[in-house]
Amino acid sequence: MSSIGTGYDISVSTYSPDGRVFQVEYASKAVDNSGTAIGLRVNEGVVLAVEKLVHSKLLVPRSNRRIQTVDTHIGVATAGLLADSRHIINRVREEAQSFRDIYKYQVPGKTIADRVGQYVQAYTLYSSVRPFGSSAIIGIVDNGGPHLYMVEPSGVYWDYFGCAVGKGKQAAKTEIEKLKLSEMSILDAVKDAARIIYAVHDNAKDKEFELELSWITKESGKHQFVPKEIAEEAEGLAKESLNQEEMKDD
Amino acid sequence: MNFDNNNNNNNFYESVGNVTKQTTRPIVTGTSIIGFKYRDGIMIAADNLASYGSLARFKSVERIFPVGEFTCIAGSGDLSDFQYIKHLLESLMIKENYIDDGHVLTAPHIHEYLTQILYGRRSKLNPLWNSLIIGGFHDGEGYLGYADLLGTAHKSSTIATGLGTQLMHPLLRKSVEGRENEVTEEEAIEIVNDCMRVSYYRDARSLNKFQRAKITAKGFEITEPYSVDVVWHE
Amino acid sequence: MPLKPGELDLGTTIIAAEFKDGVVMGADTRATMGSYISTRNANKITQLHEKIHLCRSGSSSDTQAISDIVKYYLQLYSIVNEEPTTLTAAELMRELNYNNKEVLSAAFIVAGWDKHSGGNVYILPLGGTLHKAPFAITGSGSTYIYGYCDSLYRKNMEKEEALNFLKNALALAMSRDGSSGGSIRMAVITEEGVERLYIHNKDIPEYNDLEN
Repeated sequence: MSSIGTGYDISVSTYSPDGRVFQVEYASKAVDNSGTAIGLRVNEGVVLAVEKLVHSKLLVPRSNRRIQTVDTHIGVATAGLLADSRHIINRVREEAQSFRDIYKYQVPGKTIADRVGQYVQAYTLYSSVRPFGSSAIIGIVDNGGPHLYMVEPSGVYWDYFGCAVGKGKQAAKTEIEKLKLSEMSILDAVKDAARIIYAVHDNAKDKEFELELSWITKESGKHQFVPKEIAEEAEGLAKESLNQEEMKDD
Repeated sequence: MNFDNNNNNNNFYESVGNVTKQTTRPIVTGTSIIGFKYRDGIMIAADNLASYGSLARFKSVERIFPVGEFTCIAGSGDLSDFQYIKHLLESLMIKENYIDDGHVLTAPHIHEYLTQILYGRRSKLNPLWNSLIIGGFHDGEGYLGYADLLGTAHKSSTIATGLGTQLMHPLLRKSVEGRENEVTEEEAIEIVNDCMRVSYYRDARSLNKFQRAKITAKGFEITEPYSVDVVWHE
Repeated sequence: MPLKPGELDLGTTIIAAEFKDGVVMGADTRATMGSYISTRNANKITQLHEKIHLCRSGSSSDTQAISDIVKYYLQLYSIVNEEPTTLTAAELMRELNYNNKEVLSAAFIVAGWDKHSGGNVYILPLGGTLHKAPFAITGSGSTYIYGYCDSLYRKNMEKEEALNFLKNALALAMSRDGSSGGSIRMAVITEEGVERLYIHNKDIPEYNDLEN
């Protein structure tokens, strides 16, 4: 970045001469440093998976979750600064409740993604605030079926079949592109999600990680962590395929 | 979008001199409900009628709803307030679920919550016009609570509201009190049916179409609407 | 809430029913102030959204105000979110009715067709409740036709049967209720769209008058 140090990178309220807002790009850097998070949308629902890096053995297992429930039908997986992510999730919950208070039913995907997008974007406009160092993957099953959105620090959001964010996003996206998402069962999507997270994990740089796996099935319409047996099976298969890959390499 | 104009109400009344200030009055109403303990947990019942004055206006209204896996709420009194309470509890359960610590709200918590809501509203001279029964299963035994528009609350092994306190409660007490741990499910169903039959005979705002809910260690179960056989002598 | 002095009462008989392909709605056209007929050709079937309509009864100023507000909300809603369902419209009406129950005299029937749940009828009486029903009647004239409607309504009627049911129910109510009368307006809402019908006063069915 040639413009670093030229003074155009300290505030979101000033563009650089070539039309960029550096603070927003730096926020994306914060996201890129985080453990990978992915989302897969198949006909039967949405699967979310997160590579949660564990920095210390002193941390309680399964604490500081990076996938959280919003209302009952939404799952949000985040990558980036955890504190920022929590703030965004809080906002998603408030928006979902406010929609429920008025319309008495569960907020649709398009609406919640748009409201969160608007909110995040507002933090790219004022010199008094810092953009969020977090991207949120929003999985949802609404009246129109399963949907997957990702809101980035700029406030932009897209509707995805599959998406990835964090350290391993490039490799993860390559893997996701190989999948036949439109023909896949949700159980297979869970297995692939686990496999991809294990595949993109960089053992050399980051030792420990926890795999967080959740889904919203069309059948239940509820966001839940994948039941233990299914998650363990998926994780087992993921480790197995990793070993096979390593053997091929040898 | 804010629909709540409560804050403006006072101004409105002041500006329109001939409107007397009054608290809400029930308009679309549900009649008495009952609940009692039995061997496996709690049994509650409510008919499916929503009355409009003396008019039997809506005949398939569900007046029992579940909150979580181990609690059911039955409501009598104003049904618009009852629908509001249902929305409150749905929102509460969603919020509690966020904490994700493995704890869920059970009957005593919900009973306390409702009591505080009802008391808060009556203290603002704007009561939620209901008598509620909270039936649940908690800590290995049935939990049966009552809460009403005045903010009054109590626990008991038998509860009836409204005209049911005169028509059904004596029957309930006779059949259940002292034998809470003996009454079988079959007997409990008979007790419900006997009570609802008497209610249908003698409560002019009742309907012979009702639902029964049981809450046991296995969770809740709410029946489809059904009727009891009635006897008429010439 | 009794009418405020000088307030226009819609007296009214209104009705809506689900049928095979959607919903039918009907209303008389009389509006009164006391015993004076202030409007003899009122339109009590109001459009809220493309395929969501409502029948109004009670104070016409209250019901017009509320339906205007909800119409605006739904317009906004369809731009920001998605096409509203009949239930969404009904819930918005309920919210206004419930929060302002002390000052409103307004009862509605909301009916419409949407792609999620087909044809649906919802009724919002005084007090702020909301009820789903296969058919609904309200207004001062409705009390005279509960028996007629309860005995003759059937699910999955053909369009012509449903319209006939409405027409007869309204005619009976209008013949007994002084606050209902004039002509009959009806609307049919299906996936295809909305069709409005008008039955002129002179074409309303007549019934035996035993005193003649």
